[in-house]
Amino acid sequence: MSQINQTKYMKLSGLEPLILGPDMNFINVGERTNVAGSRKFLRLIKEEQFDEALEIARHQVEGGAQIIDVNMDDGLIDGKEAMVKFLNLMMAEPEIARVPMMIDSSKWEIIEAGLQVVQGKSVVNSISLKEGEEKFKEQVRKLKMYGAAVIVMAFDEVGQADNYQRRIEIAERSYRIMVDECNFPSEDIIFDLNIFPVATGMEEHRRNAIDFIEATHWVRTHLTNASVSGGVSNVSFSFRGNNVVREAMHSVFLYHAIQKGMNMGIVNPAMLEVYDDIPKDLLEHVEDVILDRRDDATESLLDFAETVKGTGKAKVENLEWRNMPLQDRITHGLVKGIDKFIVEDVEQARQEVAKPLEVIEGHLMIGMGVVGDLFGEGKMFLPQVVKSARVMKKAVAYLMPFIEEAKDDAAQSQGKVLLATVKGDVHDIGKNIVGVVLACNNYEIVDLGVMVPPEKILQTAIDEKVDVIGLSGLITPSLDEMVHIAKEMKRLNFTIPLLIGGATTSKAHTAVKIAPEYDGGVVHVLDASRSVPVTSTLISEDLTLAEKFRKDTYAEYDKVREGFLNRAKKKVYLPLADARANKYALEFNQTTTYIPNQLGVQVIDNMPLEDLLPYFDWTPFFQSWELHGKFPAILEDKVVGTQATELYKDAQIMLDTIIKEKWFTAKAVYGLFPANTVNDDDIEIYKDQNRTTIIQTMLTLRQQSKKAAGKPNIALADYIAPKNSGVQDYIGGFCVTAGFGVEEKAEEYKNNLDDYNSILVKALADRFAEAFAEYLHNKIRKQDWGYASDEKLDNEDLIKEKYQGIRPASGYPSCPDHTEKIQLWELLKVKEHIGVELTDSLAMFPTASVSGHYFAHKDARYFGLGKITKEQVHDFADRRGLTKEEAERWLSPNLAEE
Amino acid sequence: MADIREEIKKRILVLDGAMGTMIQQYKFSEEDYRGEQFKDWKVPVKGNNDMLSITQPQAIKDIHAKYFEAGADIAETNTFSGTTIAMADYEMEEAVYQLNYQSAKIAKEVADQFTAKEPHKPRFVAGAMGPTNRTLSMSPDVNDPGYRAVTFDELRIAYKQQAEALIDGGVDVLLVETIFDTLNAKAALFAIQEVNEEKGLDIPIMVSGTITDASGRTLSGQTADAFLISVSHLPLLSVGFNCALGADALQPHLETVAAQTQFAVSAHPNAGLPNAFGEYDETPEQMAAQIQNYLDKGLINIIGGCCGTTPAHIKAIAEIAEKAERRQVAEQLSTR
Repeated sequence: MSQINQTKYMKLSGLEPLILGPDMNFINVGERTNVAGSRKFLRLIKEEQFDEALEIARHQVEGGAQIIDVNMDDGLIDGKEAMVKFLNLMMAEPEIARVPMMIDSSKWEIIEAGLQVVQGKSVVNSISLKEGEEKFKEQVRKLKMYGAAVIVMAFDEVGQADNYQRRIEIAERSYRIMVDECNFPSEDIIFDLNIFPVATGMEEHRRNAIDFIEATHWVRTHLTNASVSGGVSNVSFSFRGNNVVREAMHSVFLYHAIQKGMNMGIVNPAMLEVYDDIPKDLLEHVEDVILDRRDDATESLLDFAETVKGTGKAKVENLEWRNMPLQDRITHGLVKGIDKFIVEDVEQARQEVAKPLEVIEGHLMIGMGVVGDLFGEGKMFLPQVVKSARVMKKAVAYLMPFIEEAKDDAAQSQGKVLLATVKGDVHDIGKNIVGVVLACNNYEIVDLGVMVPPEKILQTAIDEKVDVIGLSGLITPSLDEMVHIAKEMKRLNFTIPLLIGGATTSKAHTAVKIAPEYDGGVVHVLDASRSVPVTSTLISEDLTLAEKFRKDTYAEYDKVREGFLNRAKKKVYLPLADARANKYALEFNQTTTYIPNQLGVQVIDNMPLEDLLPYFDWTPFFQSWELHGKFPAILEDKVVGTQATELYKDAQIMLDTIIKEKWFTAKAVYGLFPANTVNDDDIEIYKDQNRTTIIQTMLTLRQQSKKAAGKPNIALADYIAPKNSGVQDYIGGFCVTAGFGVEEKAEEYKNNLDDYNSILVKALADRFAEAFAEYLHNKIRKQDWGYASDEKLDNEDLIKEKYQGIRPASGYPSCPDHTEKIQLWELLKVKEHIGVELTDSLAMFPTASVSGHYFAHKDARYFGLGKITKEQVHDFADRRGLTKEEAERWLSPNLAEE
Repeated sequence: MADIREEIKKRILVLDGAMGTMIQQYKFSEEDYRGEQFKDWKVPVKGNNDMLSITQPQAIKDIHAKYFEAGADIAETNTFSGTTIAMADYEMEEAVYQLNYQSAKIAKEVADQFTAKEPHKPRFVAGAMGPTNRTLSMSPDVNDPGYRAVTFDELRIAYKQQAEALIDGGVDVLLVETIFDTLNAKAALFAIQEVNEEKGLDIPIMVSGTITDASGRTLSGQTADAFLISVSHLPLLSVGFNCALGADALQPHLETVAAQTQFAVSAHPNAGLPNAFGEYDETPEQMAAQIQNYLDKGLINIIGGCCGTTPAHIKAIAEIAEKAERRQVAEQLSTR
């Protein structure tokens, strides 16, 4: 016997490889997903019961099929559509998709459609010379471009090969065309040499099996690298109804064909007896028929068959896991993505708990937790997780009516979640999965898609009244975008939790960069399965639970942050003495200092409101209503223009009434004083020009972070001439308010359930206060101090702070020290003069007030103090007469990590 | 003109490093991205790096030059997202031909300058063909796992357009890379075969998959060897992996491929894994030390860098690659 001729082996792939190497003598193709071969499958496809149809495919893989044959050739089915749909569905089942597909159709367009949806290297079943060489070659070339192995039927222009000679002739001709003319890889050719029934009672069918077996041998020894396949069940067709005989026939046929080189076959493993287990007498009768050993072989087997009629054996899928405890079964179903039993398991769980919701929060979440862990460890991959989510959804859908019925409070805890991939980022797979997983758990999802600007995220969050915002991003710049949004949320007084997710995000980044920017609860969510427990806890009705989770998370983040900052390169801070030595050394002389026209404290008791209108800066007004854009362009804005215009109109109407009916009383107190800097950072304020009586000493704080060469460490004191320079300098202080009468009006509206006007009146009061501050600064520059009497700036220039000199406010970046306000109140007798008070936390009341100091030097600029060290804070404490702890508390936002 | 199929038989070829990382350093503004041609474009375009070949060509050329100076033999064109599918995010589908053509052209200009200076070390340009932002094997909608956001034909047509423009612009080889869904790559390979056929060409093809994580699989779920089988139906110049992992983590998958393929083997790993801030902080020395293991094992014919790598990384890699033995490969096949 000549040797099988093989130099290369067929290599196929699903999610995993399948190589028909020398150690693999036979590849078993699953045939149950073939509408021509399975009535059940046909029915399921016709009825579009794809879930169950997929179960058949899964069953086959679990039963040992190494390739899955899919055939949708039926007159009542749109074969192309069904093929694509079913293959797509199978690709979403990792346990099925792990094996290569066999795309089976007599129609080329269905084959091609199938090839276009499968990533692995598949087998096409089949092509042939039936319609001539040209068509055949065209198909072979296409297959080469797609990258597929192919079954070639022993079929030509004349018809199907039904004897030994025709089989080998057609095989050889096909092979030569493919290999020699089309350069098709020989190892990717599989011949189907036609398995026909034996024992039909017809003389010409007696050699059907043995001819196939012998032709197989010829092909394998003559056509280098080619494989041989066939549909095995055909051979026993005449014994339908007698599975014992059929199973034996299949085994015998395969036993001999494989020995001769058949290396692939479509076999129903459930219809296969183990060769060695076939009873000797049955075996002999069957072999007589298959190998055509006796003239009366058929009759003998028919007689014998009557005695062994049975049902054959039923092989079942491995259901051992069904014997596990309930939680394990639910977890197994979720992990494996099997939804067949989930309803029955969930029902059992439901009966064991007090409230149906506990099944979701308990059993199902435990299972999803396992999924999340496995995914995190790389033991599950994305499509599997997505499948788990589907099982979850099915379980939740089953539970929902019970939850509704129970109407327990907990059922209300599902909320609305806004999801968005941040600006500049277009990745959304992870975000979509989170959306689905949350939706499965009955959260309402507001998905804004990708590249969503922060304004839209925040505006939608407000408009839709969402309970949680979830941000996603995959690229590095998205991290900064998330930080920005967190800051905006703080600025806009959000209180809802912010979830962070996506491939580049991390617990560390969230802890170090995002969480500190927003205290409404920022939580990094590692993966989709975690999104549910995190969300449900954060917005739980049980406020203590939510608060505890938030606190625990933040405590954890604090640790992460500490750990990270300890490792991270430390920002370098100068010793206070060095920072002082690197002060902003301005020039001070007669031309840089100005003697005020009016020294001492002045009061404006009742400022006409209408005189403040020209100083209005409307842009922040719109910002306070979440309408972003510069005034007046915002009125024409594509997106918010209509809303802005309407708001502006309402504001104008109210403004008229405010002025006409004098709703607010605007007052100011201010004063200009002789002053000089001492000890680098302190400003002595004198009673009069003699500069002998110090009324008070204003304390300033100095930037301490190490600066680039040539850049100074600034303190406000640098803007006032040092005492030892001999130059006489001045400083101013002020407090304006437009807040009297505001609260009453706001309260009045609120009591009438008119929140809109209640907010509007407060927002306008703020504008009046800001305008008053601008007005007063203008007056100071031009008249009272008079250093800029020829200044000619319009309101736009004022808004842009184009004027000389600054008016920094305590509690703002240049002067974060709120306690300076106490001094200012004494200096100007603010409370006594205009009635504005300081609260315990040193906020001004009425709120619509502005206070600060005036500096006139031409080089005075606003700056941010930044972080300072304890050395300076303690030095400040001594100067201020506070304890170290008090000082640290007041200045904690500026305290550097040391 | 030098033939890369010949050059690869002589030595290990060095591929360049990250384009995105280099572009980031320029901190281009929205206006810079728009340039003159797109100054009134209807949507924000910042982040659309491919268009910089048109609006900031000098920057892109400078980056190519830096990599060539560092010792790269092959520069990748700045066309990672140069398909109508990926450009849809910026509504810039119509500019796809120009983007690719221009990217190829400027890269080739720089390559030719270096080849002229150093004829013993000819420089090549690889037309980069990225994965697009859609997947043929996965549904973006879990409620409908049978759904696909794109079809094979849509991708095939998009890739064909990109391949034609890259070839017209003068690339020496096409690089189908960062393959997270093998079916997308198959559509690209189908398209390239069509272009070859129609233009009567035989352009060399490099294929580079991406193993996404510890699962050892592509995003679409294939193992390294299943991936190899799925793309080996046409004669490739090289096959290998890039992105997602650092050199060490990539090594087992490279070994799998190197043991099973007749094609040349390529790798352009990331500079380690990103830290918590999305930054890559593996130094050139650290990365080169890991790649030394590839070289010692004779796994490699083409070596370069992906995310986070810089000219300094490529220089370190080129220095050790120059001293190492290339992996022995079967005679390069032709597609014809």
